[in-house]
Amino acid sequence: MHGALSPAADALASEVPPAPQRHQSYLRVVFGRFLRQPIPVIAAVILLAIILAAVGADLVAPHDPFQTRVSRRLAAIGTSDRLLGGDELGRDVLTRLIYGGRISLTMAIVPVAIGLFIGGFLGILAGYAGGRVNMAIMRAMDVFYAFPSILLAVAIAGALGPGLVNGILALSLVFIPPIARMAESVTTQVRGYEYVVAARLSGASTVRILREHVLSNVAGPILVFSSSQVSVSIIAASGLSFLGLGVSPPLADWGLMLSALRQSIYVNPWVAALPGAMIFITSMSFNLVSDGVRKSMEVRR
Amino acid sequence: MLFYIARRLLYSIPIAIGVTLIVFSLVHIAPGDPVSAILPNEATAEMVEQARKDYGLDKPFVVQYAIWLGHAAIGDLGTSIGSGRPVFDEVAGAVGNTVILAISAGLVACIMGFVLGMVAGLWRDRLADHLVSLFTISGVSLPHYWLAILLVIIFSVNLSWLPPLGIGPDTSDGWRPDWAHLQHLILPTIATAAIPMAVIARTMRAAVVDVLDQDFVTTLRAKGLLPRRVLWHVVRNALPTTLAVMGLQLGNMLGGSVLVETVFAWPGTGFLLASAIFQRDLPLLQGTMLVLAMFFVILNLAVDLLQSWTDPRIRRA
Repeated sequence: MHGALSPAADALASEVPPAPQRHQSYLRVVFGRFLRQPIPVIAAVILLAIILAAVGADLVAPHDPFQTRVSRRLAAIGTSDRLLGGDELGRDVLTRLIYGGRISLTMAIVPVAIGLFIGGFLGILAGYAGGRVNMAIMRAMDVFYAFPSILLAVAIAGALGPGLVNGILALSLVFIPPIARMAESVTTQVRGYEYVVAARLSGASTVRILREHVLSNVAGPILVFSSSQVSVSIIAASGLSFLGLGVSPPLADWGLMLSALRQSIYVNPWVAALPGAMIFITSMSFNLVSDGVRKSMEVRR
Repeated sequence: MLFYIARRLLYSIPIAIGVTLIVFSLVHIAPGDPVSAILPNEATAEMVEQARKDYGLDKPFVVQYAIWLGHAAIGDLGTSIGSGRPVFDEVAGAVGNTVILAISAGLVACIMGFVLGMVAGLWRDRLADHLVSLFTISGVSLPHYWLAILLVIIFSVNLSWLPPLGIGPDTSDGWRPDWAHLQHLILPTIATAAIPMAVIARTMRAAVVDVLDQDFVTTLRAKGLLPRRVLWHVVRNALPTTLAVMGLQLGNMLGGSVLVETVFAWPGTGFLLASAIFQRDLPLLQGTMLVLAMFFVILNLAVDLLQSWTDPRIRRA
């Protein structure tokens, strides 16, 4: 009745795959199907490249991210030792984009992972227990739904003060409710399946039913939904940094770089647009990959 | 219907209480003493004492919350540290500007999203559908603050067609519906509307495809109904889902306004919130959040009621 479940969550909720008989082969089938879709595969390769570059920034980056050079201030794209231009202090933008990826990706992925654990736990608990427990957990989640998500993150981070940890904390609170809702809806569905009822009637313990029958069925959809949330998270996290609520200079992630370079759009507009392009490409890749995985998990009719 | 409205209204009450509780907690999760958070740095000892008494800070959390809620209910949201003016006046002055942007962006997003989604759904798997899909997939991954900057780069810096900042030639006076002010509205509207438009188009497409696959559409066609009459049935059935998403997206626009308003220096609630954070003006942060969140709660309520009005099945659920 609240109508807040996202279309993606709806779609996933109706597509709980049947219990895999041999776990290995199911994963292989999904992986095989994924590889046959060109666009998600390309997105996965781009994403992998961005992640690898961020992890191995020390090896890949052409310069020192903090080395300033007056003669390269606001250098244009294509300048000899400033391939993607220089920033307001003459630092290499390409290098800073690579290093910035570390912070941006961390600030985007960690909150969703926290949301996955806490939200997944709460959702499965609510879905499996039903009744009053469900009511209590899900109504509490509804309260957080009463805030537009970015606004809630901005307000909490704003109250806590700037910083990477505070930003991650604020964003985690944003991602617990949607993941809990998703987990609750698939768990409620799985709980009604005949073999789960049969397992219960045959005297299996709750822990065993949850582990062997429920978790194996709900884990896939919840994981895929969470991975799609990373694309939202990267935009929100960079948005927090853009407002100055993330890491402080001289460290920088894509959001903070965008905000700093914004001051120079009259001198060097396209360099200023680069950090945003990284946010966009990363977010889109996460979207396309998780979409591809979801399609691979669908039961062929 | 009346029963449904009553039930939905009742359901909003605990939500609203929960929302006020979270907003109230904002000052308490801030590091340091709440008194120092709500008073300016140069506050005298008497002022500190007075604030402690006023807000009941020596009393338990629940009592403090009740006192704060009582103040808020009569429009007393405290005093802004930055400007020294009542928070209520600050927020009231900004709400109008946000509403103007929200209406303008909301209209664009809903109309364009509706039309694009319908076109894509009716011409499924044709070129139009693929184009709309490409657009909607990029739209949902687009950082709107980056889009805002791109728009400024293209239309203000390179082409000098549209102004990059503010609500009008003179920001100090309010918004008027003349050409100069409309020019200032165009770029913020596009930046605010882009993502909601993509999401609405996506939902509408899915809903149209879903309805077209149902048997009753085949029946209508078999009966020899004119295509435009069939179309009406399709729209009518796809509408409730799309309306729900539209409402949510309008609400999210209020949230996203923080970033877009910052880029365009649009003096609305989002801009106010950003400056409150920048100056660590917690009463202003709290007051703005309270007003925005209440807007969102009311909007959700309105959408649910509208949805149940367009789809009788919901009322019985």
